[in-house]
Amino acid sequence: MEQRTALHAEHVALGARMVPFGGWDMPLHYGSQLDEHRAVRRAAGVFDVSHMLALDVRGAGARDFLRRVLANDVARLRTPGKALYSCMLTPDGGVVDDLIVYFLADDDFRVVVNAGTAPKDLDWMAAQARGADVTLTPRRDLAMLAVQGPAARGAVLPLLAGPLREAAAALAPFAAAPAGEWLVARTGYTGEDGVELALPNAEAPAFWRALLAAGVTPCGLGARDTLRLEAGMNLYGQDMDESVSPLESGLGWTVAFDPPDRDFVGRGALEALRVRGDLRRFVGLLLDDKGVLRAHQKVFAGDREIGEITSGGYAPTLDRSIAFARVAAGIGDRCTVAVRGRHLAARVVRPPFVRNGQALIGL
Amino acid sequence: MSIVPSELKYVKTHEWIRDEGGGVVTVGITDHAQKLLGDLVFVELPEVGSQVQTESECAVVESVKAASDVYSPVTGEIVAVNTDLADAPETINEDPYESGWLFKVQLADPEEYERLMDADAYIQLCAAENE
Repeated sequence: MEQRTALHAEHVALGARMVPFGGWDMPLHYGSQLDEHRAVRRAAGVFDVSHMLALDVRGAGARDFLRRVLANDVARLRTPGKALYSCMLTPDGGVVDDLIVYFLADDDFRVVVNAGTAPKDLDWMAAQARGADVTLTPRRDLAMLAVQGPAARGAVLPLLAGPLREAAAALAPFAAAPAGEWLVARTGYTGEDGVELALPNAEAPAFWRALLAAGVTPCGLGARDTLRLEAGMNLYGQDMDESVSPLESGLGWTVAFDPPDRDFVGRGALEALRVRGDLRRFVGLLLDDKGVLRAHQKVFAGDREIGEITSGGYAPTLDRSIAFARVAAGIGDRCTVAVRGRHLAARVVRPPFVRNGQALIGL
Repeated sequence: MSIVPSELKYVKTHEWIRDEGGGVVTVGITDHAQKLLGDLVFVELPEVGSQVQTESECAVVESVKAASDVYSPVTGEIVAVNTDLADAPETINEDPYESGWLFKVQLADPEEYERLMDADAYIQLCAAENE
């Protein structure tokens, strides 16, 4: 039996097609995934992301703990409210999960991890925290909403209580404002402006309905996937997992090797990989031919198989198929992809494909 | 609820078949099938003149979610395909029984059409799948 978010009844009442995802019964779409995708690119959409786990990391040892367990460095967060994207690694340099960490106070951080990996993450972090002055508090009492699109902030701000509204209106990108049990952050997973909110479960249905009444389109996991693919954002379990390092997953930019004396979990393995060199590249593909790229299709340079697609699909903003692929280092700017026995021509490009409603890749 | 026109025939793989007379039938996917697939974004159709066999894969429809094989419900020769779908695969979502048709087959055995499932049987099949 899948778990249900505080908004489950809202989804069912809207006629959503519900699917199991990471142990949760979640909306895939509410009629048309393509319409939902376009609503986010052109106006505003709201996603129930309460299946993800908010985790409070508190205590005098919280900062040192996160500096050890995360590959990015929370010491980069100097202003309360600032957020950071990071991988959490195994000692071998594989990716346990990717997450967002919010710095609220020196002894108070909020971490948001993926739904399917949440139990594993909790076990891993608890083991790493042993002996440290750190408490880990899962916040299943909170719902989380992502409101995304050029009109998203304009729709959300009037619905917030006075002081939080002012703080939220002033947020810079990748910053958050707390108020009681609420947290409003100018973050997202779509390549558009917008906010992500955490709020008490009991208040979530009324807030959800107010957003819909303000003209925000309810959006499911289907649109979330095509939006993040266009935006060049990785999905855990597809684009990276414990068997591969962030350096071969397009996530090298999230690993803070400086300062050199910060001994984070996985550091030794990543340094060895860097010395070894010859790392596989993580690239974007744009399909020239008609068709749809999908995860696990093989990528070729001439007759030689050089890698595999990790995520692929139809990009509604481009009306073309796009993908991420992990390929041998020597790839040029063209390749082919085997689709049902045929080789389709594709261009090797650098993600993101789309930002703020605009294509960044010449078609 | 899905639409199931009473004048059509059906097969368990969710294709519909319309008798056009002269031993020719038109084939498409049902409303139930297009709803399950979600928004369609690509269609690969057989070549005109090619031979198809009952229950053999002969076309592919790809939605935002996944690629799905389309099985020929009959045996015969492809005599026409819906070329408009190349630029507008969403027509299948919008109008699965008319402008969203996929291909036409000249039946090898004109009697084969009569042996296919009728609308009532197909409605029961969908109901059983939903349980």
